[in-house]
Amino acid sequence: MSVKVIIPTPLRGYAGKQESVDVQASTVGEALSSLTTRYQDLKKHLYADDGRLRSFVNVYVNDEDIRYLQKDQTQLKEGDTVSIVPSIAGGAAASNRE
Amino acid sequence: MATKLEVATASAALSNEEVLRYSRHLIMPEVGMDGQLKLKQASVLCIGTGGLGAPLGLYLAAAGVGRIGLVDFDKVDLTNLQRQILFSSSDVGRPKIEAASTRLRGLNPDIQIDQHETRLTSENALDLFRDYDIIVDGTDNFPTRYLVNDACVLLGKPNVYGSIFRFEGQVSIFGYPSGPCYRCLYPEPPPPGLVPSCAEGGVLGVLPGIVGALQAAEAIKLILGKGEPLVGRLLLFDALAMRFRELKLRKNPECPACGDHPTVTKLLDYLEFCGIRGEEAPAPQTSVPEITPRELKTRLDRGDDLFILDVREPHEYQICNLGGHLIPLGDLPKRVSELDSSREIIAHCRSGKRSAEATQFLQKAGFRKVLNLKGGILAWSDEVDPAVPKY
Repeated sequence: MSVKVIIPTPLRGYAGKQESVDVQASTVGEALSSLTTRYQDLKKHLYADDGRLRSFVNVYVNDEDIRYLQKDQTQLKEGDTVSIVPSIAGGAAASNRE
Repeated sequence: MATKLEVATASAALSNEEVLRYSRHLIMPEVGMDGQLKLKQASVLCIGTGGLGAPLGLYLAAAGVGRIGLVDFDKVDLTNLQRQILFSSSDVGRPKIEAASTRLRGLNPDIQIDQHETRLTSENALDLFRDYDIIVDGTDNFPTRYLVNDACVLLGKPNVYGSIFRFEGQVSIFGYPSGPCYRCLYPEPPPPGLVPSCAEGGVLGVLPGIVGALQAAEAIKLILGKGEPLVGRLLLFDALAMRFRELKLRKNPECPACGDHPTVTKLLDYLEFCGIRGEEAPAPQTSVPEITPRELKTRLDRGDDLFILDVREPHEYQICNLGGHLIPLGDLPKRVSELDSSREIIAHCRSGKRSAEATQFLQKAGFRKVLNLKGGILAWSDEVDPAVPKY
């Protein structure tokens, strides 16, 4: 089924600068795998070397954190929204400094 | 319910002038005299007086929060004024804390402003925080965010959190009794190498204004004890789409800071925790062949055949350029055919970091004659042509 994956600002550069990407998937794992197959650069930003989601990246189905659902195995329904929410630190825009 | 006597005693705590000043609060039942006195007796510590701290400080001072602590050690810079509305052009070069205090005291002379001109550290955080009811996190880096979180959890103080990136913001309250903390949300920070590069930096000036004002609203609600605090909820704001979204936040029983068996029982070395030594992430320790701006100038003047490759983004090229051929770093792999490997290539970016990566990439791709412009266009501006603006 078709679900929308919302790409956060810091990762848009690795996903064709898109705000969201529609994918066909029945679980969260499938949705992310379809996304990272399409945008390979995104993979290292989402997954650690051991294949687990990075601890500064959270994934939500609608408004619920998948860590409290069935993680990667969380089932998706037609029209669900999957959000990738990484930690951001800015407050005084230190990102201006390189 | 307050008795008549208490109200009468309490009302004596506001002068007639204060009654007039806060009259738009006083006539609102959600604040009223009781609430205004709570504000007057409250103390809030603002970590950072930058983009988030500016609207926060202004609204807390205007609202009559009796004691506001400011923690900052920076000086006002010209690039701050695009968003840090506490400061004026005449403040450039002044310590932020001094300029901020002057501004806030000017706005409301009836409140106390505590100046803490220091960098927040594991050594001073607990002592600083202990003295305040609420801590508001308006910092700009991961080590300080984890430090603020852990100190708040250890002391049982609410942490009104706000964070921004480009045109997106996050707001929540952490460290509230029975609520989640920052580590419940993100157990660990990103390693320095994986945070978005300078190419994607920047921030829409009005964004910290909105996010900082949201933090002020939450701090004021906490003091008043009114409404629904943003606890257990992460508010996401996208200024570009002009959309707010709300996600559920849960307290993680396995949280190292606030879980059932906490392992964070004292403050740590947060630079180490975040994999950062020194103030910022060090540049990757790769040695690529370099050319200094002066050497480049000499060679160009001599008429050497050099191909200038600019690996910044198109919007940066518009700010200033050296007339080079523009291929953003991210596009280089698929556009490498545009380059002639028989010519000598000088790669440059803003500061030399991205172009070092480009140089390395081109070397691996078989280009023999590639040099990285040391210090980038910033160094070019400093050493060769000050007419080129720095950004």
